Amino acid sequence: MLEIRNLHATVDGKPILKGVDLVIGDGEVHAIMGPNGAGKSTLSYVLAGREGYEVTEGEVLFHGRDVLGMEPEERAAAGLFLAFQYPVEIPGVSNMTFLKTAVNSLRRSRGEAELDAMQFLKLVKARTKELGMSDEMLKRFVNVGFSGGEKKRNEILQMAMLEPSFCVLDETDSGLDIDALRIVADGVNALRGPGRSMLVITHYQRLLDYIVPDKVHVLAQGRIVRSGDKELAQELERKGYAEFVGAAEAA
Amino acid sequence: MASPVTNAEAGAPRHWLDRFMAEAPALPGARLPWLVERRQEAMQRFARQGFPTRKAEAWRYTDLRDLARLPFAAAPAARVGIDRLPSVLPNALRGPRLVFVDGAFREELSTLGALPAGVTITGLASALASTPERIEPHLGLVRPSEATPLAALNTAMAADGAYVHLAPGAALDLPIELLFLGVGGEVPTAHHPRILIVAEAGSEATVVEHHAGLGGVYFSNVVAEIVAGPGARLHHYKLQAEGPEAFHVATTTLSLDRDAAYDGFVLTQGARLSRSELRPWLGAGGVECRLSGAYMVAGRQHADHTSVIDHASAHCTSRQVYHGIIDDQARAVFQGRINVHPDSQKTDGYQLNRALLLSDQAEIDSKPELEIFADDVKCSHGATVGDLDENQIFYLRARGIDRPTARNLLIAGFLTEAVEEIRVEAVRDGFAEAVRSWLDARVAGERRTP
Repeated sequence: MLEIRNLHATVDGKPILKGVDLVIGDGEVHAIMGPNGAGKSTLSYVLAGREGYEVTEGEVLFHGRDVLGMEPEERAAAGLFLAFQYPVEIPGVSNMTFLKTAVNSLRRSRGEAELDAMQFLKLVKARTKELGMSDEMLKRFVNVGFSGGEKKRNEILQMAMLEPSFCVLDETDSGLDIDALRIVADGVNALRGPGRSMLVITHYQRLLDYIVPDKVHVLAQGRIVRSGDKELAQELERKGYAEFVGAAEAA
Repeated sequence: MASPVTNAEAGAPRHWLDRFMAEAPALPGARLPWLVERRQEAMQRFARQGFPTRKAEAWRYTDLRDLARLPFAAAPAARVGIDRLPSVLPNALRGPRLVFVDGAFREELSTLGALPAGVTITGLASALASTPERIEPHLGLVRPSEATPLAALNTAMAADGAYVHLAPGAALDLPIELLFLGVGGEVPTAHHPRILIVAEAGSEATVVEHHAGLGGVYFSNVVAEIVAGPGARLHHYKLQAEGPEAFHVATTTLSLDRDAAYDGFVLTQGARLSRSELRPWLGAGGVECRLSGAYMVAGRQHADHTSVIDHASAHCTSRQVYHGIIDDQARAVFQGRINVHPDSQKTDGYQLNRALLLSDQAEIDSKPELEIFADDVKCSHGATVGDLDENQIFYLRARGIDRPTARNLLIAGFLTEAVEEIRVEAVRDGFAEAVRSWLDARVAGERRTP
């Protein structure tokens, strides 16, 4: 589904990604772990198309299409979704208005009819119920005054509404206590399926106890330095990242 | 539309003095000695000062020369037929409504229905004829000031307006609507609507002051005087949606007694040039005064929001939250002055003006002024000027929303944040809708432009 080939990227002229290769198949969940400063968040922003993250070499193919030439909204329309590490607060815009605008933007770009207010309400109520969330969250302004856990659940709700085929979860566990982590992970697991692949970016193995990945990769110094199955995450938890930081520096 | 011929002498005090001499005998209450005297004094005050110029500090950023030069005729006597009356309220929440067209009260367009005991809502001319003794203690006496010559011109020339009286303890659930329509004609006209609201002890009501224009060049010189007795609760929300060629200058003075709560909001969308000046006097302890607003100007519009808040007693709070967007070559002014008088301890004053500049040529002049003569007070003010936040835009785009739609969503949100200050839900929703319609019309306009 997603193929990253020899991806190099700079931020403010500084090289961060230095040749990332990664292939994620249909329905697979991959985890990327790595020390701070390895380039994990840069990878997620490059995939989502944030300005200021400049790709200097390599390519990203999504269902065989070149992603890097697309605007962020075109990527979303193509089925890419980034769950933000730090969801942005938007005062004055209700979650309901935000979700409706997003859903209808995607439908329009896919040539589908827009949902009217009633159809949308039905859909959003069904989704919040599936995720065990309250409607009250819909009336509030986007992420304003939300706790850390609520912000991450709101990301998962957006994911459920937009039904992407590929999701990048950037440090979804950061700032969550164990109960919030479990709720968010349950939400993510509910959205797993054969047509949906995920890239879970995390510093800690903890999240992967709940969202069990098919493959685990170690990103260090801007490159994937090791790949393995889910046992690799436990090994990293025991040994830390020192080995990889050293190895990458030596390389 | 072509600009009318201007005349350097037209707006001179002489012109208005002549008009006053000619029109005063026909004004309502022309046989009430106290009223005649107040009108003459006011006319003399205006004649001494004339239209304010930018030499006056309070008018440094707002230039009235284009207005002062217009040769204003009296409002046409002919009654324009009106087939649609705008409202910010849904039908189910409509209450009493007074309608004025070019300053003249139009009883046949107004609705009063059955009012609760102790509530009086009527045209001012009619009140001057029937119960002048209730008007006399207040008209022209709520904080008159040398600093407001156009309010003096209104006092001298006002032909009609609205009078709302709430007896002690009286309450009205449905909002009272005061609708002022500017029609304009072949030649520029001027009208001087006058509003007097007296809320006696413990009373409560909501007043929606709605100014709408159907086009043409006209000058609406509004004065509102508001008196809130002990413990009265008054919600007063103004929508200024004058026509694109209109001039709108409004002076609102308020006298707030012990434990009174005033919840005011001004939404400014219309007029070529507008100024909304608020002058509340917090005269006894426990007053809560909220004066917020939002403004949205484009093209060559000029919108000025000025306030002078006097904390003349201890233990009072005032709160102002203004958000505005300024596009094209439009210009906005925010002047907020808070005077904390000696012995006004435990004053709590908060003031914020946030402006978004949507074009390189847009301009905002923001001038907070605090003058504090007491030592145990909490006063803060803030002003921010900026463009939209790129983090927010990216977040929306990452959800499939294109950049222009994302910008409009954020602009609407920014204005909605200020509208949230309105405490009465029905009006809050109506004003939010007015914000959305304005933005939608703007987007539609942009899409039409190649």
